[in-house]
Amino acid sequence: MFGFFASSIRSVHPSRFVHGLGVLRYAVLLLVPVVLWGGLASCNRAALLSEVEPDEEFSGGRATVFNRSVNAFGLPAPGLTRQEERLFGVGNSFFNQNWVQSPASTTARDGLGPFFNARSCAGCHFKDGRGRAPEFDGESPTGYLVRVSVPGEVDAIGAPAGDPNYGKQVQNNAILDLQKEASVVLRYEELPGTYADGTPYSLRKPIVSFTDEAYGPLDGLAMSPRVANHMSGMGLLEAVPESTLRALADPDDLDGDGVSGRLNMVWNAAEGRATVGRFGWKANQPTLKQQVADAFHGDMGITTSIFMEENCTAAVPDCATQPNGGTPEIDEDDLDKVVLYSAALAVPARRDWEAPDVLRGKRYFREIGCESCHVSKLETGRSDIADVFSFQTIRPYTDLLLHDMGEGLADNRADFLATGREWRTPPLWGIGLFKTVNGHTNYLHDGRARNLAEAILWHGGEAEAAKEKFRHLDADERAAIIAFLESL
Amino acid sequence: MNKLRYLLFFAAPALLAIGCTSSAEDQRAAMETYAEIAFASYEDSYNAAVALDEAIDAFVSAPTASSLQAAKDAWLAAREPYGQSEAYRFADGPIDDADGPEGLLNAWPLDEAYVDYVLGAPDAGIVNNADQFPTISADLLVSLNEQGAEENVSVGYHAIEFLLWGQDLSETGAGNRPLTDYTTDANAERRKQYLATTSDLLLVHLKQMVDAWAPDADNYRSTFMTLDPEQALRNMLTGIGTLSKSELAVERIFVAVDNQDQEDEHSCFSDNTHRDIITNAQGIANVYRGSYQRTNGTTVSGTSLEDLVRNADSAVGDRISSYVDAALTASSAIPVPFDRAIINDQDAVLASVDALQDLGDSFVEGAQALGIAINTELPD
Repeated sequence: MFGFFASSIRSVHPSRFVHGLGVLRYAVLLLVPVVLWGGLASCNRAALLSEVEPDEEFSGGRATVFNRSVNAFGLPAPGLTRQEERLFGVGNSFFNQNWVQSPASTTARDGLGPFFNARSCAGCHFKDGRGRAPEFDGESPTGYLVRVSVPGEVDAIGAPAGDPNYGKQVQNNAILDLQKEASVVLRYEELPGTYADGTPYSLRKPIVSFTDEAYGPLDGLAMSPRVANHMSGMGLLEAVPESTLRALADPDDLDGDGVSGRLNMVWNAAEGRATVGRFGWKANQPTLKQQVADAFHGDMGITTSIFMEENCTAAVPDCATQPNGGTPEIDEDDLDKVVLYSAALAVPARRDWEAPDVLRGKRYFREIGCESCHVSKLETGRSDIADVFSFQTIRPYTDLLLHDMGEGLADNRADFLATGREWRTPPLWGIGLFKTVNGHTNYLHDGRARNLAEAILWHGGEAEAAKEKFRHLDADERAAIIAFLESL
Repeated sequence: MNKLRYLLFFAAPALLAIGCTSSAEDQRAAMETYAEIAFASYEDSYNAAVALDEAIDAFVSAPTASSLQAAKDAWLAAREPYGQSEAYRFADGPIDDADGPEGLLNAWPLDEAYVDYVLGAPDAGIVNNADQFPTISADLLVSLNEQGAEENVSVGYHAIEFLLWGQDLSETGAGNRPLTDYTTDANAERRKQYLATTSDLLLVHLKQMVDAWAPDADNYRSTFMTLDPEQALRNMLTGIGTLSKSELAVERIFVAVDNQDQEDEHSCFSDNTHRDIITNAQGIANVYRGSYQRTNGTTVSGTSLEDLVRNADSAVGDRISSYVDAALTASSAIPVPFDRAIINDQDAVLASVDALQDLGDSFVEGAQALGIAINTELPD
């Protein structure tokens, strides 16, 4: 039933393979040119071959699993200690199981709401994977929510100022004694376009509104819809040194490549000051622990040591007086287990990384400039969460920095230093497995792109030049890039 | 590139063959034993479910304290072979493939309020919701299973368990559902219909597994027997290794003791979790040792993984065999009931976690001793 049942044996093998058979593999790589010189291959093939990098299939370094099944996002990183594996299992139980309204006999998991979007983490991150927007009126969102704020205003910690009635997020569920805040209504407008070769395409632009608003109109607010992200490799991303991100940043585009890359600086509750943001669609969370605590608080109404106050506004006095599930509602050590679980979900290995079309797509991806932001390779430093994440070569295809993505993708809702046009470069590892794990191929922060090509075509701003180059590729070249992305 | 990769794959076994001394005939014989025990385990599970279904039919047609007890006894008996059959999970087999019935048979934990009333929510559940679900049918219950959340379990052993025992609100004993739920209660007829329907479904879904492993048929077993032996052995060891080290040791035991919460115990309504643990461990031993004692007392046995590993490396073989014994011993040593043991006897519970994880790790060693070329794990 649970993602965790992934085989510990399966996950052990690949890493042993690295250590045990690395020599053999390098031997083969050395032999390959000899065979090719034997007349089998054209120059083109030889050039392609040079695209293969040693160990590139290990997207998460040691924390990589070879699994392409529906459980591909749910497996523990190989190399966890036995105790870490056990706590991962406990974290998994907290991640999967529903929280219930207080008071309840289920004392370990009571305290849901009063307002909430989901009853469990897995309610949105189903199989630890990617959520999607509702597909028809009345479909209860599974992994889709809307952040709201008063335009241009910030609160005491520099975060977007919430609406006086609804706070910073619209919750489409409430406990029995309260009315839910509102229901989201989603419409799309089709925007036709053509590739340079004349092939037509169409992009769907979302138009978000609300109905059943229980606590006053939801008008005049900045609104930012978000889908739940897949959970892969976050322990690795947390272990990327801040100095690496600072080195990648180019806020004033001094290198003149048209791509800047800025650090978000966001409130760090544990440190009581602003620090570098690296999680969330706008990099508005500084640490994985705070990201998890924020999701408990905003999405499920569960208080933690980090966010002790119930998610209530003064405009709904009945909210704060509801029975709660303790203060905080999830104990610190259980929160830490969910953080460990979230950190330790392994990165799925590449599929078909040596296939000719994938290798061609990889080359085009680089040549048209995608890697300016989707940085292919990073090194982790020492991890505070688990040793397995320390000092790994990883291939997340992100710089974790903010980039102006143009008017088309803008949510016009600033978040700390992120402007209304800026988004964090999302990691691309695992994106080829959404269909297998979550049964859809919807991409981007609000799931508007129905496939990878549409996701690319939505890119604008700093990515306009790369997008235009993609639009000018021929069908075969475009297909190769898609094949490459699907291999991630 | 593909040609090159095939060259690599052909070359690799030559380099990896060190230590692989079991003959192809032995490997195929071990696969045959595995298939035989799978079939026998599922056939026993099916037959015990038939007895359960008969007891439930007798109960719903004449609900008395003794017919309820007979149904409970039949449920407990039905869990014995099924628990052992779980050694066939996590093995890329038919129980958990995309169309496999595992989630319809043994899904847990179960949100009681999804099925029937609970303390504080007298109108909860499918049983008490005639407006929304006017007719309780097999199709309806299957369609509702795991809808919206993993705990929304509508069918399977644990739905039946809850309908027979009710919530476990007792410090010392199991659930104690009043007989009036099936006699004078306003929704007694709907509850009877629910119980009888989910019992029928248990037979349907177990029959799928019997058919999948039946000899001399065009089914999963015939596919399994044509697998590359290396692949088959890997599946076999992956299955029992995963059950031992992760699913049983962590999901089913450690989580409950760490959370101190009977909501995390497997058979929480009947207080039968100790038997779940013991039968799972026994199932692992059955597969590894190639020997299964059937419900009728006869034994199915043949060439085993244990034989193959011993032949390959007797030291590793001895070690794994001792771990199998230790895991069986530790599993049996957990005090009953489990929901008290996780509070009062944590050392005994944690000892079983250790033993099962040791055993799971030792299966990795056993696979290596068999010279299983682990690079074929890589995706094509």
